[in-house]
Amino acid sequence: MTPDFLASLATQFPSLACLREPEDLIPYSFDGTATLQQLPGAVVFPTAAAEIAGLLKLAGRSKIPVVTRGAGTGLSGGSVPLPGCLVLCLTKMNRILEVDERNLALAAESGASTADVALAAERAHLFYPPDPGSMKISTIGGNVAENSGGLRGLKYGVTRDYVMGLEVVLASGEILWTGGKCVKDVAGYSLRDLFIGSEGTLGIITKVLLKLIPKPAARRTLLATFDRMEDAAEAVSAIIAAKIIPCTLEFLDNVTIHCVEDYAHVGLPRDAAAVLLMETDGHPAAVADEAAAMADLARHHGAREVQTAASDEDAARLASARRTAFAALARVAPTTILEDATVPRSELAKMIGFIQQTGARHRLKIGTFGHMGDGNLHPTFLTNERNHEEMHRVETAMKEIFDFAVGLGGTITGEHGVGLAKKDFLRAALGELNLGVMRQVKAAFDPGNVLNPGKIF
Amino acid sequence: MSAHDTLRTMDYAVLQQCMHCGMCLPTCPTYDATRQERNSPRGRISLMRAIADGRLDATKAFAQEMYFCLGCLACETACPAGVDYAHLFEVARAESERSGVLAGPRRSLLRRVLLRGLFTRPRLLRAVGRLLRFYQASGLQSLFRGLRLNALLPARFRWLEGQTPTARREFSDDLIQPREAPAGGIKYRVGLLTGCVQDIVLSDVNRDTVDALLANGCEVVTPPVQSCCGSLHAHNGDLDTAAALARRQLDAFDPFALDAIITNAAGCGSHLKTYDRLLANDPVYAPRAAEWTRKLRDINEWLVEIGWRRPLATGRETPVKATYHEACHLCHGQKISRQPREILRGIPGLELVEMAEATWCCGSAGVYNITQPEMASRLQQRKMGHVFATGAALAVTANPGCHLQLAHGAKLAGRPLEVAHPVSLLARAYRAEPGAGQRQ
Repeated sequence: MTPDFLASLATQFPSLACLREPEDLIPYSFDGTATLQQLPGAVVFPTAAAEIAGLLKLAGRSKIPVVTRGAGTGLSGGSVPLPGCLVLCLTKMNRILEVDERNLALAAESGASTADVALAAERAHLFYPPDPGSMKISTIGGNVAENSGGLRGLKYGVTRDYVMGLEVVLASGEILWTGGKCVKDVAGYSLRDLFIGSEGTLGIITKVLLKLIPKPAARRTLLATFDRMEDAAEAVSAIIAAKIIPCTLEFLDNVTIHCVEDYAHVGLPRDAAAVLLMETDGHPAAVADEAAAMADLARHHGAREVQTAASDEDAARLASARRTAFAALARVAPTTILEDATVPRSELAKMIGFIQQTGARHRLKIGTFGHMGDGNLHPTFLTNERNHEEMHRVETAMKEIFDFAVGLGGTITGEHGVGLAKKDFLRAALGELNLGVMRQVKAAFDPGNVLNPGKIF
Repeated sequence: MSAHDTLRTMDYAVLQQCMHCGMCLPTCPTYDATRQERNSPRGRISLMRAIADGRLDATKAFAQEMYFCLGCLACETACPAGVDYAHLFEVARAESERSGVLAGPRRSLLRRVLLRGLFTRPRLLRAVGRLLRFYQASGLQSLFRGLRLNALLPARFRWLEGQTPTARREFSDDLIQPREAPAGGIKYRVGLLTGCVQDIVLSDVNRDTVDALLANGCEVVTPPVQSCCGSLHAHNGDLDTAAALARRQLDAFDPFALDAIITNAAGCGSHLKTYDRLLANDPVYAPRAAEWTRKLRDINEWLVEIGWRRPLATGRETPVKATYHEACHLCHGQKISRQPREILRGIPGLELVEMAEATWCCGSAGVYNITQPEMASRLQQRKMGHVFATGAALAVTANPGCHLQLAHGAKLAGRPLEVAHPVSLLARAYRAEPGAGQRQ
């Protein structure tokens, strides 16, 4: 970061909050990803799209890389800074702008938290379904940039399925609006869809227009306990095969059960090999039918017990306990490396078996949990980054798991994004042609390679 | 941990425990106020880790940040990964002091006089208490304020003078015998810690604690003229003095001869329960400290544990609506939330109404209201808003710092509010029972 650039920053943006001291910057040198950190050159807190436009023009002229950041809860290093870069932290652009009950839509600035979006929808008796694990903290702009998933992906899809429109500041400093409140709109390429999941490499999302849906009238939560992990996987495949689409089918293995229970004390069975947290929502009659059918199928596939949450509060406690699984696993070992391998649902039992074998073969401790209903698993390595020999085994095991997932028709990341953490695996997963087209798209939007360079590929 | 741990020598795994997921952010009062990562738990831990790694020195900005942290430990409750923030916080403040980056002549003198001088000498502390009592009782305080002499004080002290608590006429020793036995049989034998601030400005809470214990079959042993427990020192970067004071407590009480050691001050209790860790490397005191930690109980915790007796009377003339403010070092530091509420719900004539954000810090935070008056006052206003919104005439809390902060907040707002410790309300109810009252 040159003195010239800093001087221009100060003169052109006199009221912009800007951090430069090491004690201020170190806390912005990482996100939620283990082992990745890099000190930025400066962190600024813009408050309007026009300001960001000016910043991008200046950064483009000075060839200073720009990394956009929300709450820093990402899990692939997407918002980890580059050396000497300018970090745009959007947490001060956090207003909910509009809840349009006639069009079932909500507009917000990109720094609004996911929880605030969900709450604003709920106040209007509407529902914003995507619920990533970090939703209390994460920003909606970050969710869009990473195309975040969550516990309800199986029935309700992911962030992409709820984005109707976006305001984006382009690398050129122009402000683009794409999409709108029309349910149907096929005028030209869907640029909106290009920005979703683009991880801050194509433009800076400043405003989002989201689709809301009516709030389901009823919900029921079940907890099924298994003595064998494979049985839990088979039960999930059987539920899907029976053409039941519950809103949640979450899986926790024994290691994860212990960690979550240590933290949340919600009464998970510590002696179980695995539990399935199953939730159905919708019309009360349908909910009752589906809950009964899921309980039967779980029992038929070896569940030793199926409990129903007694109240909405109990159900909410179970769901929020599940949300802490990733962080709770950190109780076991100094470093927690979370993976995101995802496979077609028919292949779940194979994938789970392979993860277990891989852990044993490389003498590694792995806790696995995840969104089993959509095939998205989170095998989590419990290790120590200071043990280089073990970290090497972790890397080998990780590669084997990715290769196996891809071999089953799966993917290296279901919802966390590529960022820095998975970029080495992208070529093997997608092939050269895909990567080449992506590079052309990147070059079209960001010819100067200023926006989050070095991420994804 | 020992008193000599530094960020570079301490167990690195404690720092690694934080995997920076951010779950702590929404619960941190300072992050909530500034929205800057440096002022958040994970931000502070990243700075501590940078020092441990040798990427950063213990700079002035670092030390200031460690003192901007309230030490409320709300982040510990929120943390799924089980980060021991209390431990990190103590080591980081000790590091800040050791590096001397904050040292100025005035600050050093103040620390020497207060931490090493006043708060290690119980008799001197009482003399100050007597002086304060004289200042208040003689009319000097009224005169001082009447002449508006406080306008001459620097802003920070002016604010402080306004909230000087009223010293009690009697210290705990005047109110409590070294050994008191219950009227019925002795079911338990417990020791009582009288505290230092508590002893000067809220000594009646200590008497109430004894009465509640007696009513529940506990024989109470209260050594006279007790020392400060060292929490003030541990939380303010002076672990050596904290360890010395811990040894002194262990000399005054024999944990092996007691069923429990009782504290009624949340801030003290949260620290007292860590004597085992503080003295882990002390060859002489370690076993005694371990026993001490095993037996240390907050009064609310102890009463519920032994199946406390519901009082038959209310101890009040009219029914009252009460709200409960959770002292940080009770709910976050010791994970005690249910017990005080159970006691309050069991007192006849008392209706408990929950306030919003009951577990959010009130800004007292030890000496925080002296060192960071602006942030403390913001938190006080926020807390008082929630208290008043319940319409309660009585605010209940189990820590002297919070007690004074709430009372002062009500005074600033010009609204009547009774503030009480749960055990005081309980003792009052026991005293009103038919057949009681021999003691008064």
